[in-house]
Amino acid sequence: MSEEKKIAAAELLIECRKLQATYDYLPFMTAIDYPEKNIIELVYRLQSTATNETLMLKVELPRDKAEVSSLISVWPAADWHEREVYDMFGVKFIGHPDLRRILLPPDWQGYPLLKDYTDPNMIKKPVTI
Amino acid sequence: MSELRTEEYHLSMGPQHPSTHGVLRLILKLDGEVIKEAIPDMGYLHRGVEKMMENRVYIQIIPFVDRLDYLAAMNNNLAVVLPVEKLANITPPPRAEYIRVIMCELNRIASHLVWLGTFALDLGAVTPFLYCFREREPIMDLFEMAVGSRLTYNYIRYGGVASDISDEFIRDTKAFLSYFRPRIDEYEALLTENPIFLQRTKNVGIIEAKQAVAYGISGPMLRASGVRRDLRRALPYSVYDKFTFDIPTGTVGDCWDRYIVRIREMRESVKIVEQALAGLPAGGFKIKVPLNLKPLAGEAYVPTESPRGELGFYFVSHGTNKPYRMKCRAPSFCNMNILQEMLKGWKIADVVAVLGTVDVMLGEVDR
Repeated sequence: MSEEKKIAAAELLIECRKLQATYDYLPFMTAIDYPEKNIIELVYRLQSTATNETLMLKVELPRDKAEVSSLISVWPAADWHEREVYDMFGVKFIGHPDLRRILLPPDWQGYPLLKDYTDPNMIKKPVTI
Repeated sequence: MSELRTEEYHLSMGPQHPSTHGVLRLILKLDGEVIKEAIPDMGYLHRGVEKMMENRVYIQIIPFVDRLDYLAAMNNNLAVVLPVEKLANITPPPRAEYIRVIMCELNRIASHLVWLGTFALDLGAVTPFLYCFREREPIMDLFEMAVGSRLTYNYIRYGGVASDISDEFIRDTKAFLSYFRPRIDEYEALLTENPIFLQRTKNVGIIEAKQAVAYGISGPMLRASGVRRDLRRALPYSVYDKFTFDIPTGTVGDCWDRYIVRIREMRESVKIVEQALAGLPAGGFKIKVPLNLKPLAGEAYVPTESPRGELGFYFVSHGTNKPYRMKCRAPSFCNMNILQEMLKGWKIADVVAVLGTVDVMLGEVDR
């Protein structure tokens, strides 16, 4: 049902401007951390409201320099999703007008959804299933 | 006389404000009573559910999602179960699918009733609130009869539902539906043509169709703007393709349209439950699924239509007993994105009307 497409981070904005003609709807975007491959993968779900065609757009970013252009100018829906990914993964979205933490307090240290995130208050689970 | 010095007034609305429905805080920059800028500030209820899920086995996930959107826990159960079933190649028996639809639609009615009651209360009408909660009570009782709990159900499971529904449940649900249908007319008699209500909602907080799509709005809010898009019809899941129902839409996209769309949706839900009860197949309500479920490696996302909009859980599985990543696409989080645009130029009193029709659920916004 849904197609998948991988593109390079540098081409994201140009490519998405073209894709916007078909896929006018951005239900969500998110990120997945792969520390062993040293990448953070961004996943964009694009959809057409007319035909319900769906595309899962994937962009791989290096973990130590996670930067990509913001897609607010293409889909305004990207605004809070990008802020959330910044909040949780530390990915910088270049061109985002208001890149602040959205769910965590502004003085929070670190990015919790990274796989190697630790916090002094985290408790080790006594039992592993 | 010297010139009067004026300055922008900053007002913090919430997090403890009765009209922000939970713990939303709005920072309003005001010029007199007119809003120049509204900055939503959330995260007061952030529990890190997505992080927690990385350390939970699949069966442990369902009770957590009950607590995201606690007014529509059944819909959340269904949304989280579907992608995992897709990954693990589980096909629930037809009876289970019908029971799921019955429960989800009853929950949709209950959720819309809470919305309607609190929305009317925000606008100063106390009676609808009492009426709505009077009708919500029998739904809670029905759930209690079938599930055992009244708010967080943990009922829809991988491979079916937790328990079969009884004949008494079917009888009582039918009785409730025939009791409930005329009650919707009662709410409408109180509000729909009420001049005060019209003044507060007509042409307030308009979202145009194109703007709504660009902002990723979903659910009743999108349909109120005139976009005929319901995921139960657009991308059918469970057995929704077997039922006939209308998709109510608005024309202008103002607060009143968002109100009437939800009212009409309750009528459609009643229709769906009636059809599902009439066509309820016999057979098992659950197939055997290993407790320590290990879905195949891959990713899955099944969008569902929750009372608030497109609800879906994006799972990335590496073939282990825990998801590698779970992302919750929370409808009110995405619907609230447009709030900053919508509120510009309106007065403080309109904030309540606009925010009310967005139907925010902070449990799922903050996650």
